[in-house]
Amino acid sequence: MEEITGYVHSIETFGTVDGPGIRFVVFVQGCPLKCIYCHNRDTWDTKTGNLTKISDLVAEIKRYIPYMKSSGGGVTVSGGEPLLQPKFVLNLFKELKNLNIHTALDTAGSLAINDDIAELLKYTDLVLLDIKHIDDEKAKILTGVSNKNNLDFARYLDKNNIPVWIRQVIIPGYTNDEKDLLKLKEFISTLSNVEKVELLPYHDLGKFKWDELGLEYKLADTRTADNNDIERAQKILDIS
Amino acid sequence: MNFEEWKSFNKGSWNNEIDVRDFIQKNYTPYTGDESFLADATKNTKKLWDDVLDLYKKETENGGVLAISNDIASTITSHDAGYIDKDIEQIVGLQTDAPLKRALMPNGGIRIVEKSCAAYGDKVSDKLEDIYHNYRRTHNDGVFAAYTPEIRAARSSHIITGLPDGYGRGRIIGDYRRVALYGVDALIQDKERVFANTVSDNFTENIVREREEIHDQIQALKDLKVMAEKYGFDISKPAANAKEAVQWTYFGYLAAIKEQNGAAMSLGRTSTFLDIYFERDLKNGVITETEAQEIMDHFVMKLRMVRFLRTPEYNELFSGDPVWVTESIGGMGIDGRTLVTKNSFRVLHTLTTLGPAPEPNLTVLWSTRLPENFKNYCASMSIKTSSIQYENDDLMRDYWGDDYGIACCVSAMRIGKQMQFFGARANLAKTLLYAINGGRDELSGKQVAPKFESITSEYLDYDEVMEKFSTMMDWVAKVYIEALNIIHYMHDKYSYEAIEMALHDKDILRTMACGIAGLSVVADSLSAIKYAKVKPIRNDDGLVIDYEVEGDFPKYGNDDDKVDSIAVEVQKMFMEKLKKQTTYRNSKPTLSILTITSNVVYGKNTGSTPDGRRSGEPFGPGANPLHGRDTHGALAVLNTIAKLKYKYSEDGISYTFAITPNALGKAENQKIRNLVSLLDGYFAQLSHHINVNVFNRDLLIDAMNHPEKYPQLTIRVSGYAVNFVKLTKEQQLDVINRTIHERI
Repeated sequence: MEEITGYVHSIETFGTVDGPGIRFVVFVQGCPLKCIYCHNRDTWDTKTGNLTKISDLVAEIKRYIPYMKSSGGGVTVSGGEPLLQPKFVLNLFKELKNLNIHTALDTAGSLAINDDIAELLKYTDLVLLDIKHIDDEKAKILTGVSNKNNLDFARYLDKNNIPVWIRQVIIPGYTNDEKDLLKLKEFISTLSNVEKVELLPYHDLGKFKWDELGLEYKLADTRTADNNDIERAQKILDIS
Repeated sequence: MNFEEWKSFNKGSWNNEIDVRDFIQKNYTPYTGDESFLADATKNTKKLWDDVLDLYKKETENGGVLAISNDIASTITSHDAGYIDKDIEQIVGLQTDAPLKRALMPNGGIRIVEKSCAAYGDKVSDKLEDIYHNYRRTHNDGVFAAYTPEIRAARSSHIITGLPDGYGRGRIIGDYRRVALYGVDALIQDKERVFANTVSDNFTENIVREREEIHDQIQALKDLKVMAEKYGFDISKPAANAKEAVQWTYFGYLAAIKEQNGAAMSLGRTSTFLDIYFERDLKNGVITETEAQEIMDHFVMKLRMVRFLRTPEYNELFSGDPVWVTESIGGMGIDGRTLVTKNSFRVLHTLTTLGPAPEPNLTVLWSTRLPENFKNYCASMSIKTSSIQYENDDLMRDYWGDDYGIACCVSAMRIGKQMQFFGARANLAKTLLYAINGGRDELSGKQVAPKFESITSEYLDYDEVMEKFSTMMDWVAKVYIEALNIIHYMHDKYSYEAIEMALHDKDILRTMACGIAGLSVVADSLSAIKYAKVKPIRNDDGLVIDYEVEGDFPKYGNDDDKVDSIAVEVQKMFMEKLKKQTTYRNSKPTLSILTITSNVVYGKNTGSTPDGRRSGEPFGPGANPLHGRDTHGALAVLNTIAKLKYKYSEDGISYTFAITPNALGKAENQKIRNLVSLLDGYFAQLSHHINVNVFNRDLLIDAMNHPEKYPQLTIRVSGYAVNFVKLTKEQQLDVINRTIHERI
């Protein structure tokens, strides 16, 4: 049988912000969204990147087990959108669970749940779910698509009792409206599986990637978010 | 032996012979708690430290040197007592009669001293000029009298550089604790006994030398007492309390830095030893925790004020006025108890009470079994100050037991039982270029090494290059050891470290501590030759002056065995060639992978290399990858470094790591936990050393542009810490351009 391969954009061996502990982060290639603030614009295209075998990836991951074990970490698959390559991620996670490694999926839930995705989630210890925008119209402006899949994904995780960290990027003028945040709070309160809500300050450090690709960066005039923005939003969401 | 001062200590073999380790083992109190017991700086500490900061400022304003004692050749007793503020100093003693005033130590070489004086607008007194030019030969003169033409050529073409042939070799640690534990009289008696026994039927020149050395050691101990008397202390008997123990220990060290301007003048492993005295005094209610911290603060303040007179050229190699007052902290005992004590915390706490600083060179001996509280405290202090380096105790304990200390940056030695002949380093990247060019220098075109057939093919062939590289290494190893044999023969003869060696046993292990620079450049070059296609570009003279690389190749620093194994092979090859040489005083050859800041200068003097590095560009420091070559994140680099084998580099393998605070994690406690896990995971793989820096690139750029705002900004460079603002601009840029692991 031919071994399953996937398109990998890059890896980070010392990930400390995408899930608990020290994490080996696999950034997969390809994304169906078109977020105007994306800081990894170079991960959008679906058929570029390094074609990687699961066995090679697992062999590499194994070298970092001591760091993961002592920090309570594991492996996070991020992107791009990992759901675009569900078979690849599923088989990777299966291998990792055999090795007793904690698995996290960093996703925007941008695809409707299908059998492959449902299967993948059985091997996922934690989902880092990026809720792009609670308001559908504003989500379209921000990502180019409706937030329906995004929110359905959250509900599916709740129904299946899969632990989730909800994340949202705070972008001044886009996602920091009090009404929207209250609506987000209300939505989150309907979910029983949320372990943590993380607000990430918008930064423009990924702008150069758009420039390199000769693309227009639409948020050029938007200021980056600071601690005050985050604290304000946290207060509204009643989290710390 | 029995002394009133020893009452209440547990007895052991240390009562019958000089054995500080036994004293520690029988009497120390391991501490597994956290840092909450620590006390703040006292008012007097703050005042005294403000005075010192003011002196630092004046020193900087004066061009880097505050004053020079230009008419005295420094000895243990040459200068009168000096103070910062006599009334409030808990621990006293300066190198000269005034703070930060630098002493002349011409026994190493008068020319260097003259040049150093001139560089700071001063001049050596006529009397000293006369003596050292006309009557007294120096180490430097001796070396150049004996150097061979081959050594001179290797030196001037920078294939072997940084040799201690014009400056003090350093990297010897006297067991300064002996002064406190036994008092000087008992040490003199012991040396006199040894001296009397130094006779033999086979009365060779070795015995003559030994007798002269022990004679000098005894004199140095007598001088040490005289020096202490100038400060009003009688140190002939053991220290009776904690304050005296610190003072006696410091006097031992002070004598050494009055006598020697050694490249690295390290302190050893004193904090846990001193803790025994602090514990006794605390238990007896003689001192409070605040007073204990004050004593340590004032001790450390003195260690931060050690100064040597050095030339600007020296500064180019070892930038920022380092003296490597290395203090080794923590570790585990061979009986499984931790050697962490409350005083291990106190010495690290000086980074808070006095603020961050490059000296003393705080070195934590890390074990995965260290108490978690101590690990967390170290990590939190690293995050706050970037002033700590870590070395693998679990690895070194197997080699050196549990009473070794670090000299300089990464050189482990059993305290009082081992010393090294410091040997700077050979430029391995240049050696590779010589192999390709038949022994000719790629920059000057000169035939430096013996002529042999250069490579003439259109593309470089891995096997052919390796064979010639091996041959060239044979030559470098030979010339290198010859140079070191001469240097250390002359250093022993003209600039002997009498007080440091007086605080050693008679029979000691001597190592010949060689080093290499450019390991990552060599590994990448060989990888390029093996996995890509490398085309040499020759000038009209047939000399290869550049390389074209076609295709990609595995790069050192990404945890890729294809190239990492090449680095290990090269490391082993060179070590084995060193082992074949005959060394001075039967010293044991060892190897370090350490460059200090000299990676910039080495790179400057090395032509383009087959990995695509351009002529003149810096090497990676120590065992680091060349910057920009590591693309898999921090742990991939750590795993690469961990593959290098300590058994082929017993003098140490240095890795310098930098990360932004945010890349360590989100909340403060997460950052601490992640850093601890990083260190545990790294050291569990039997790696040797890591410098931990936690800062943002922007901060460094701002400090480069506004140095006055950052007088105490400390960063770790290869093997030591430095005030960032004291680095040369070139070196500042090198640090800024280097990989700082970050996340966007």
